Amino acid sequence: MVKMGNAGIMMTYEMSSYLEQQLEKRFTLFKLWESPTKSLFLDRYADSVRAVVGSTKEGADSELIDSLPRLEIIASYSVGLDKIDLDKCRERGIRVTNTPDVLTDDVADAAIGLAIATLRKICACDGFVRSRLWRNGDFELATKFSGKSIGIVGLGRIGSAIAKRAEAFGCTISYHSRTKKHNKSYKYYSNIIDLATNCEILVISCSLTEETRHIVNRGVLDALGPKGILINIGRGQHVDEHELVSALRYGRIAGAGLDVFENEPHVPESLFGLENVVLLPHVGSETVETSSAMADLVVANLEAHFLNKPLLTPVI
Amino acid sequence: MADNNPAADVQQLPEIIVFGPPTIFGHYEKEFNSRFRVLKPWESPLPLSQFLEAQAHNTRAALCGATASLTAAVLCSLPSLRLIVATSAGLDHIDLIECRRQGIVVAYAASLFSADVADFAVGLLLDVLRKISAGNRFVKNGLWPVRGDYPLGVKLGGKRVGIVGLGSIGFEVAKRLEAFGCEISYHSREKKSCVLAWFHIQMSIHELAAKSDILAICCALTEQTHHMINRDVMLALGKEGVIVNIVRGGVIEEKALVTCLQRAEIGGSGLDVFEHEPRLPKELLQLDNVVLSPHAAVLTQESMEDLYHLLVANFQAFFSNKPLISPVPHHYLP
Repeated sequence: MVKMGNAGIMMTYEMSSYLEQQLEKRFTLFKLWESPTKSLFLDRYADSVRAVVGSTKEGADSELIDSLPRLEIIASYSVGLDKIDLDKCRERGIRVTNTPDVLTDDVADAAIGLAIATLRKICACDGFVRSRLWRNGDFELATKFSGKSIGIVGLGRIGSAIAKRAEAFGCTISYHSRTKKHNKSYKYYSNIIDLATNCEILVISCSLTEETRHIVNRGVLDALGPKGILINIGRGQHVDEHELVSALRYGRIAGAGLDVFENEPHVPESLFGLENVVLLPHVGSETVETSSAMADLVVANLEAHFLNKPLLTPVI
Repeated sequence: MADNNPAADVQQLPEIIVFGPPTIFGHYEKEFNSRFRVLKPWESPLPLSQFLEAQAHNTRAALCGATASLTAAVLCSLPSLRLIVATSAGLDHIDLIECRRQGIVVAYAASLFSADVADFAVGLLLDVLRKISAGNRFVKNGLWPVRGDYPLGVKLGGKRVGIVGLGSIGFEVAKRLEAFGCEISYHSREKKSCVLAWFHIQMSIHELAAKSDILAICCALTEQTHHMINRDVMLALGKEGVIVNIVRGGVIEEKALVTCLQRAEIGGSGLDVFEHEPRLPKELLQLDNVVLSPHAAVLTQESMEDLYHLLVANFQAFFSNKPLISPVPHHYLP
């Protein structure tokens, strides 16, 4: 292991103590959260920072990039790039890497786990037993998952992995994405309203861009309908959250399984009392195995960069 | 059909006696009443034996819920009984030896519930590994902004799954978990020649546990399988191991399971069934690496509707002297 001793790496928040340890062994690590303010941090370290390690919570926006004159690379601890100003990076010739593939399985598993939990009321079952209600009678009837029609928004790595799992349950798969995928035999809808109309479970697994912000709006929710459920393992901003809360409260859709929200860690409290809604604190890739694989990939990309070797998973 | 005498109508309907009553009866009582003259022992103040003597001497067919116990004693009080239609796939509550002795044929749910039960098994497993119910409670109790990050879960992909009993349910569970990238092995009474090449057979339950990260209990409850999952098996599975049970509580030695969970000798459990439902060890309620459900693996609108049609079809076949739709296969009978 080469210690690239003087290369200064800025970490934007405490995303992983394992990652911190690995970075500290090889580089000089500056931790943003240890400074009382961002401007104090930048006053002290800005000129030393050659790399930023950010993620979905705190990335690298235009302002931050501008204040780091020696920045060469941003290695994101995520596959999503919505928190990084990619245009600015292209302009400045800054390299960007992310962590694709290593988290695909876990996020797809979370999507299916949320769908089954929502349809089969597993959280409510657990609560029913823990509240000692079983002695008073049977639990209610839920909805079968096998054989349901799944509509996937975004058939990338994660969307494809979700489709593969759902097929083992006899589900039919259809999808919407910017372009039709000619190597996939699933039914394609060029617009999301048609997809929502024709599926029972709508799953959001596309990347967050200007075009996909609020892609799930009132019209889509109405098209999904009173028997439909929404599963979101993408980004909270994919969904008009205000409209979603309203649709759930008034039964315009049947339920939802959500791992992401518009303003994490804040979740609309009116969802808390709804048993047909399952809420998770953005844990789609949060397993022991995947966290360390993601961290290893961040470190490997940085090592490659500072040794002038090809980056493993470059975006820019 | 215009008829001014509803009582006469009912008299013309075939008679069945219902034991339980089964969950399906609660949802489809009206429909059953419109097709059959239904004897309902639970509505009578008489003890069962007296009720049967008074009312069921000529009753030829019975609908039996999974919570009812059709013992030899009960069967002997039904001299005209020739058919039992069970609402479940499990038959451990019916004295099948006595049925054969008395010439009573038995129909059952066969593989009607297998998809739903397999879905529930996968759902429970994902819940335990990825802390779905616990995470849901965390968010809904308003803890996310307060406590920040949530403990890491465990990845399902790549895990070794041991299917205990490769019948209809076991096969459906295996098929699903294979799509998640799990490695499947199984323990069964006999080697399955029809089984897909990539399921490895293990000969003993102990060996299966030792070579698995997850045990999915999918077998029937019989004398041989009672308490088959005992402390030795759990220790062989190990402290990262997860057990999911969606068949019958009696396959697991419940006290040993509680002890292993409390001592972190196994990693977690997803349980839909218990030895003495609806009672369960209160120690389980204190554990957050356990997901509990009230024998709900079959409770879907779709399966209840399918079951209703299957039950009626079996009764109609019997009453018109036609072959049953879902008779219990011969090799099930002791």
